[in-house]
Amino acid sequence: MLKVSGLACSRGERRLFADVGFSLETGEWLHVQGANGAGKTSMMRLLVGLSPADAGEIHWRGEPAPSLEFRRDLVYLGHHAAVKEDLTPLENLRLAAALDGISLDERAALAALIRLGLRGREDLPVRVLSAGQKRRVLLARLLTRPAVLWVLDEAFNALDVGAVQLLGELIAEHLAAGGMAVLTSHQPLPVPGGKALVL
Amino acid sequence: MNALLATVRRDILLALRRKSEVLTAVFFFVIVTSLFPLGIGPEPVLLKKIAPGILWVAALLATLLGLPRLFAADHVDGTLEQMALSPSSLGLLVAGKILAHWLLCGLPLVLLAPVLGLQFDLDASALGILTLALLLGTPLLSLIGAIGAALTLGVRGGGVLLALLVLPLYIPALIFGAGAVEAHIAGLGAGGHLSLLAAMLALAVFFAPWATTAALRIALE
Repeated sequence: MLKVSGLACSRGERRLFADVGFSLETGEWLHVQGANGAGKTSMMRLLVGLSPADAGEIHWRGEPAPSLEFRRDLVYLGHHAAVKEDLTPLENLRLAAALDGISLDERAALAALIRLGLRGREDLPVRVLSAGQKRRVLLARLLTRPAVLWVLDEAFNALDVGAVQLLGELIAEHLAAGGMAVLTSHQPLPVPGGKALVL
Repeated sequence: MNALLATVRRDILLALRRKSEVLTAVFFFVIVTSLFPLGIGPEPVLLKKIAPGILWVAALLATLLGLPRLFAADHVDGTLEQMALSPSSLGLLVAGKILAHWLLCGLPLVLLAPVLGLQFDLDASALGILTLALLLGTPLLSLIGAIGAALTLGVRGGGVLLALLVLPLYIPALIFGAGAVEAHIAGLGAGGHLSLLAAMLALAVFFAPWATTAALRIALE
């Protein structure tokens, strides 16, 4: 389904990585590893199509990415909180879905927030939540946005033990349902199996 | 289309949670246009002559005040990245953001202009032309400004650069917008000026979201 070959990236004069290739099929996930500054985040941004690669090709379902179909099948969560501080978690989820052209009813949004352990916080402005809770609001999008490929950059940062466990469960469920995931993390991930890619 | 409306709704909701940012531009417009009659004194002939220019320059600068924030907040918190990766086309979302900017920063100026124009001894028909010219012109200011805001996104000292970049592009709108009212007062008819403004608006509606989107993609790299 996802096939990447010969990917190269440089920052200014410095070559970050070259000739990176991997492929993923349904139910598989990839753990991107590397020291600080090895180019993990750059790799993720190339993969989702936020920045252009120096060389290399990315194919999704046999078509060159980034295509509309790829964007429809993709959820990317990066370093940023990507939530609006002045809105409540509920508004954040529902408006993010609306921007993606998906209508999300209040009950489904609430269910996602409760699953992420934000019961009772759904009507507070995100600004008053802690860093970990903001992260949980963002992660709730994994449940409200139907997607095949999850690209999660350092998704386990700022999460407590319970949330790490929960995210591991979410990823395992997603894979069992025929999804795919590409993750970066410095810590061992609570998800069984998985390919490794060292930059 | 739904995504466009959702963006408008989102940006208006965000603005309502932070009213001061929107009100700053509107108050700026009211205060600047009110200071001129006070400073110049009761000279109806002179005031009537300078009214269109002053109202237009004030509208132009008031629009400029809100521009740096058009994309900056979304860029900093990462929501712009999410928009770029959304299944909805980024162009539509950007168009929605520009429309929201106009509704928040442009439309209030249009609605206030007839009231503020009274201070300059403009008669009813001149006020009508002024309002019509602003109705055609302020969306144009938002559209051109959005290109500048996207190009200067993430640049240090971007606010000053934005003004330098955008103000020269505002000159045609200023000339024809103020010219429409002047021509009407001189009895020449404002039709030509207004048609040209409308033509520029049509052109900008088509090209500006596209150019803004391209600039945003570069800023996100």
